[in-house]
Amino acid sequence: MEITLNWYLYLSAILFTMGVIGFLFRRDVIIMLMSIELMLNAVNITLVALSQTMGSPAGQILVFFVMAVAAAEAAIGLALVIAAFRNKLTIDVTEFNLFKY
Amino acid sequence: MDLSQAYSSMWADIAAALPLVIVSLAGLVVVVFDAYRNRHAATPLITLAALVLAFAVEIPALSADGTAFHGMLRIGGAAAFVNLLILGSGILTVMLAMPYLKRLDMHIGEVYSMVLFATAGMLMLGAANHLVTIFVGLETMSVCLYILTGLVRKNQGAIESALKYFLLGAFSTGFFLYGMALLYGATGTMSLSDMQVAAGSGSVMFWAGVALLLVGFLFKVSAVPFHMWTPDVYQGAPTPLVGFMSTASKAAAFAALITVLVLALPPERWTGVLAVFAVITMVIGNVLALSQSNVKRMLAYSSIAHAGYILVALAAGTPEGYSGALFYLLVYTVMNIGAFGVMSQLEWDDAQGSTQSLDSLAGVGYRRPLLGWTMVFFMFSLAGFPPLAGFLGKWAVFAPAIDADLVWLAITGVLASAVSAYYYLRVLVVFFMKSARDGEPGTAAGEAFVIPTMTRGVLIFCTALLVVLGVTTFAWDLTGTFFG
Amino acid sequence: MAAQILFFVLATVAIAGALGMLVSRNPVNSALWLILNLFCVAGLYLTLNATFIAVIQVLVYAGAIMVLFLFVIMLLNLAALPDVRRFEWRKGVAYVLSMGLLSMLSFVVASSLGVLPEPQSLQAAADSGTANTLAKSLFVEFALPFEMIGILLLAATIGAVMLSKRKPV
Repeated sequence: MEITLNWYLYLSAILFTMGVIGFLFRRDVIIMLMSIELMLNAVNITLVALSQTMGSPAGQILVFFVMAVAAAEAAIGLALVIAAFRNKLTIDVTEFNLFKY
Repeated sequence: MDLSQAYSSMWADIAAALPLVIVSLAGLVVVVFDAYRNRHAATPLITLAALVLAFAVEIPALSADGTAFHGMLRIGGAAAFVNLLILGSGILTVMLAMPYLKRLDMHIGEVYSMVLFATAGMLMLGAANHLVTIFVGLETMSVCLYILTGLVRKNQGAIESALKYFLLGAFSTGFFLYGMALLYGATGTMSLSDMQVAAGSGSVMFWAGVALLLVGFLFKVSAVPFHMWTPDVYQGAPTPLVGFMSTASKAAAFAALITVLVLALPPERWTGVLAVFAVITMVIGNVLALSQSNVKRMLAYSSIAHAGYILVALAAGTPEGYSGALFYLLVYTVMNIGAFGVMSQLEWDDAQGSTQSLDSLAGVGYRRPLLGWTMVFFMFSLAGFPPLAGFLGKWAVFAPAIDADLVWLAITGVLASAVSAYYYLRVLVVFFMKSARDGEPGTAAGEAFVIPTMTRGVLIFCTALLVVLGVTTFAWDLTGTFFG
Repeated sequence: MAAQILFFVLATVAIAGALGMLVSRNPVNSALWLILNLFCVAGLYLTLNATFIAVIQVLVYAGAIMVLFLFVIMLLNLAALPDVRRFEWRKGVAYVLSMGLLSMLSFVVASSLGVLPEPQSLQAAADSGTANTLAKSLFVEFALPFEMIGILLLAATIGAVMLSKRKPV
């Protein structure tokens, strides 16, 4: 039995779905942010596995950019969490309901 | 490859992508300038000058054709048209935002640098020829827009709408990225121009990648069912900047989507999917807009509906469809910036500062003739009445659908825009037919406020442009040359 | 055989870490579970011979981003966290959507077994994952997006400072 590319792809799919589940099921913004990080991280596994198998560096370059974007998003997201927490003293998304349909 | 050899072509590339370079550098200049001269009057002028310069530089590029930076960006043709659209939207937005932010005492340099950085991201996204440039451009644009939404914190909802926008935007980025990874795995390349050949007739992995990529794009253009963020964000963000978000970012995202459809995908396979999204977007956008009492929220739902009209043209999948979509984006940009420009002034007629409910605007057309009458043009154009540009734009997006045997889709579109006339005209009815009740906030406060010259200029320019685009076809002819 | 055991151990711990993050009530625990997951993913990169990305993964994700998370959690001093959502129709929809996504992705992988690219030789894989190879491609072909990422990070820095200021400007 050999470790083939598709094992990495399965793992990536599982982790991505776990990220999606975390985003949809948890109510606190910080865990939702972590779930997003988990999703991006799962995609990175796919990209690196494909890139290393095919021997083309483009996939790993994209991973590099994804990490930069993840860092930027984490910074912005946490800044917004701090600002929102100051307003409402909560990080529960269901409490953010100023706008109504 | 030898490095010196690789860099020798870089100067030519920089010359080809000069607007992007100018806008990015101007953003850096504004950041540094603002650090030393906080709230200086020159900051918006630097921004404006850079955008105008970039616009002027981009005009000759319309006739060019090619790629730059090792196939990362497309130069000329449709890319140049979209760049001009984005820069034009940026110029009008900065002119509207300058007096608006000053009144709020929020004329900080950060806002202008974010507008410039967002513009740079959009320029990259609109001209992208590679999945990496699409991703980086999209993220630069999105991050700057998240910040812009929450930056002007005079009204209560700003942070809340920024947080919602951010969470849903970052969530959709995950799907977008997964789609890119699957496309990369299925084709072995990230360059859009090589993808069509590499994909062949497409494997399961390829089509799954396309589906996930489409989710990301539909989120950015706020198509139903990925539209949840739009009304909240448009309501909470500063009004002139909403004009920017709803036009320039949509133009850039649609341009990238068109590039992907034209260059990367095997032809004729996505028509059905896009048609379904077009129908639900048009119907739900228009129906939800009917019941809104807040004008900004109504305009948000209307912008969702307009994304649906553009998707009709993309569903046709013909060169006429793509050029019609580009023409519609131009028309939509002009009328939407105008409408949000009018609203940015009317907010001040209210003592509270930022309520935009229809009731408080009763009779405003008589008290504010300029705002009232330009709004007449914008609303009639959004509803698609001839001879204004909105009519020609709808013609440009629905006609290709009929040619492509999607008559039912075009009929749905026409019916949906007939429904939309109700809520657009209702705004005008409130503006002109109802008289303000006594004691209504705004009747007294509004009289003292003079509309800034620059805002007047922008509104009159947009009105004139709508008439010109509606009676002449030069812009439509121009877009027709891109996909021949 | 050692390679398979290594993969399975790392993959199992990575999934366990993700699961721990999802179910922890305390956000500090969640963050620590996620760090475990990120370390395992770095290990998986090493099994793929992607050495440079593995190092960056530890430095950026586990090092920088998660420290930021922990810092904010402790700054806000979050004690009681909202529970997992009580049953609503949304929860059912979300569950169906997630499972649909997982089955779609697994189906994609399963049905692509034949068309996936042939793996390159071990030596070639080790070479294509080094900083040298990646730098050549990053600073030549991808020079433009690289510069743009700089703009993005600057914008994010400014934005984070402005948004988290106590007084709105």
